[in-house]
Amino acid sequence: MATLSWVATPFRGRLFDSWSIATVSIALLLALPVITVASFVFYPAGEVWRHLATTVLDDYVANSLSLMIGVAIGTLAIGVSTAWLVTLCRFPGRRVFEWMLLLPLAMPAYIIAYTYTGMFDFAGPVQTTLRQWFGWSSGDYWFPEIRSLGGAILMLSLVLYPYVYLLARAAFLEQSVFAIDVSRTLGCGPWQSFFRVSLPAARPAIVAGLSLALMETLADYGTVQYFGVQTFTTGIFRTWFGLGDSAAAAQLSALMMLFVFALILLEQRSRRQARYYQLESRSRPLPSYRLRGTRAAIAFMVCALPLLSGFLLPSAQLFVWAVQTAGEMIDASFLRLVANTFALAVGAALLAVLVALFMAYGRRLRDSTAVVLAVRLAGMGYAVPGTVIAVGVVLPLAWLDNAVDGFAREQFGVSTGLLLSGTLFALVFAYMVRFLAVALQTVEAGLEKVTRSMDDAARCLGYRALEVVVKVHVPIMRTSLLTALLLVFVDVMKELPATLVLRPFNFNTLAVRAYELASDERLADSATAALAIVLAGIIPVVVLSRAITRSRRTQAEPLWTEKPLTSDM
Amino acid sequence: MLRGRTCVAVLLVAALTSIPTTVAIGAEVNLYSARKEKLIKPLLDRFTKETGITVNLLTGRADALLKRLQAEGANSRADVFITVDVGRLHRARVAGVLQPIKTPVLNQAVPQSYRDPDGYWYGLSVRARPIMYVKSRVKPSELSTYEDLGNAKWKGRICIRSSNNIYNQSLVASMIIANGEARAETWAKKLVANFARSPKGGDRDQIKAAAAGQCDIAIANTYYLGAMLTGKDEAQRQAAEKLAIFWPNQSERGVHVNISGAGITKSAKHKQNAIRLLEFLVSDSAQQWYAEANNEYPVRPGVARSATVRAWGDFKADSLGLAELGKYNANALKLMDRAGWK
Repeated sequence: MATLSWVATPFRGRLFDSWSIATVSIALLLALPVITVASFVFYPAGEVWRHLATTVLDDYVANSLSLMIGVAIGTLAIGVSTAWLVTLCRFPGRRVFEWMLLLPLAMPAYIIAYTYTGMFDFAGPVQTTLRQWFGWSSGDYWFPEIRSLGGAILMLSLVLYPYVYLLARAAFLEQSVFAIDVSRTLGCGPWQSFFRVSLPAARPAIVAGLSLALMETLADYGTVQYFGVQTFTTGIFRTWFGLGDSAAAAQLSALMMLFVFALILLEQRSRRQARYYQLESRSRPLPSYRLRGTRAAIAFMVCALPLLSGFLLPSAQLFVWAVQTAGEMIDASFLRLVANTFALAVGAALLAVLVALFMAYGRRLRDSTAVVLAVRLAGMGYAVPGTVIAVGVVLPLAWLDNAVDGFAREQFGVSTGLLLSGTLFALVFAYMVRFLAVALQTVEAGLEKVTRSMDDAARCLGYRALEVVVKVHVPIMRTSLLTALLLVFVDVMKELPATLVLRPFNFNTLAVRAYELASDERLADSATAALAIVLAGIIPVVVLSRAITRSRRTQAEPLWTEKPLTSDM
Repeated sequence: MLRGRTCVAVLLVAALTSIPTTVAIGAEVNLYSARKEKLIKPLLDRFTKETGITVNLLTGRADALLKRLQAEGANSRADVFITVDVGRLHRARVAGVLQPIKTPVLNQAVPQSYRDPDGYWYGLSVRARPIMYVKSRVKPSELSTYEDLGNAKWKGRICIRSSNNIYNQSLVASMIIANGEARAETWAKKLVANFARSPKGGDRDQIKAAAAGQCDIAIANTYYLGAMLTGKDEAQRQAAEKLAIFWPNQSERGVHVNISGAGITKSAKHKQNAIRLLEFLVSDSAQQWYAEANNEYPVRPGVARSATVRAWGDFKADSLGLAELGKYNANALKLMDRAGWK
């Protein structure tokens, strides 16, 4: 890590101070499932490995790489352009797009894959109608195959671009008006100003959003499986469950984690090279380019297209299906599902943001190699498929439970049974492992915005470390914290594989219900639950979007330059 | 401010984790099921009504549930493990998480070929995976065996799903058992060469693609066709009506079949209730429900099939020991990798 001049320097020599210990312990605890899985690497799996290498491994690597590159291009193109347009341009519909562009976030990737297949597949209504109109039959015409690598890239880009959009928009919003003004007075046109000032300044946030999207891409199983695209994830499932070889599967997982490490390095480099701080107050509104005529129409199209294809169209299809089946699907147990899902998502989101805040701050406070590494390790879970994480959670928890039980039997002659396995604790723990990276990326991106001189000032004024967080950082990072809350909330609501394995008896969520019906190829029946996930996701999206827009106005009040910190005390 | 949030979060998590996971006070039995909730819950409710025994249900993917069962070991709460294919039952037995059970009721209800010789698991329903053909383009006289699907005359005419699917793995395992690994591999290579498209989607998708003209033959489990025929979706019904079932290999080993089945776990704390549940699931009325609700074949002889299923006629099922399928699963998968079956 780059050496940073900061008040923590005096502590650097102390390896065992409480901050470091706490941060590293939590990080290791959260990294436990990943470590558990990775430890299988040391089992010999020569024969299976040779089989994979000679038959399918090339495909796994090639497809996973293509998928990631494709999704990177897709999410960047959509996310950055729309974020820029709604933040700095004025055109009809901008205010609506501002929050609606976030909506695809609520759409689980496997659900959009099912709906698009339903609509555009060879046997679907679109192609069937075309065949009827023109009298074609199979092989007479060309139509893009939705269930292909290209289709998977499209589906994932459509639901993952909001990560880039969200973080890019927050970065654009927080950007210095002066910098943009100066660039304009120095003769930059709007485009030049965008490429030379706004984009570089927003880069850390954009890269953070991108790495989230790509980690989610790597972990995706539902979409690629349904589309018949062989990636690392499908390979891990095949090897683990089909061949029954956990060691080889874990070695595949380890290989996949190399991709993740590469991503993390990329993200770190990008941040290190660009540490931008906002040094002046942001009391003035951002400049806005008023677009008219063709330009306004183009801007409108650029924003409308991803919204239409990533949300409105699939939702409409879900709605049509749901209307046919909702009567049977909505009963008392359905309301229970909604309540379960909501409570779980809210609880996990709050907890994740707290833990992320703690760790991000620990890292800022103690920038030692051990802490940085531990924090990174804790974030790895995001790129690992949910089922693999679930197995990584089941093994150590069950071991612990059985060890406690054994001890209790020996010492006291009573059996404690399974204390943690099969409880909601296990589930919430898995969510932390899986989604901490989301909260962490967002919180860290927010924390980077807080100049270290603010910390210095606060510490000089006699604040203790924790007080600096509560009184200085949290208010400044309000938007980032809200963003992190929303992302984890939506992710937990969509989460399927870990929930499926770890949940207690008689406990279901909307995602579980949607999956059970969809995987039984009853798409229409699954639509009600899928639609409920989407609808429940809209609420926080709207709340968050309002908060972000408002923060530009309210937070733009001088934060500390004019108002002395002590007035808070 | 932070302290307030901490409190809220802690309280929420505490509240969440303390939601009672098992409400039953009286008799109960705990079930890990790879069979989906919609396809088992109604039966379980009926069982509870008849016996007063509460059933606690956890559904999920068989492999993941099995891993959980293994990890939880002797303390696992699960009493019964249900899967939808025999390969996983075999794997569960090998993993040592099941215990042998023998009761007169079970042995009488489940034919020998559909249960483990030592009583580790029992079949609950039979699922056939025959050849389905488009009536307007294929004459049944052109069809004969699974082996014949490797014939070049079927080039570009066959739809079947990915080799990730357990039913295909079992089908290929049955080919290995019948013909040996080398011949099975040659056959798989020829079959792959005859695919109309790179495998994608589920069983219903193969039927739909065939009906829409992308291929002439689909390989799928019969209950999917049944569900399409009896479902409310008009388009699906019309698609399904374009196809008919051909029972292959009738003059020799018979149609490839698999079972959904159940075993009692080694850790079972409610063994007697678990046995009662198993006996209930193979009872006449429960078997009837399987047949009607999901168009599966009852495992118990003499139970009436649904009207849709009756229309497909009788067939000879591949009678080899189902347990063998599980043993050859890994071989089948590797063979499919080598054959380029995506």
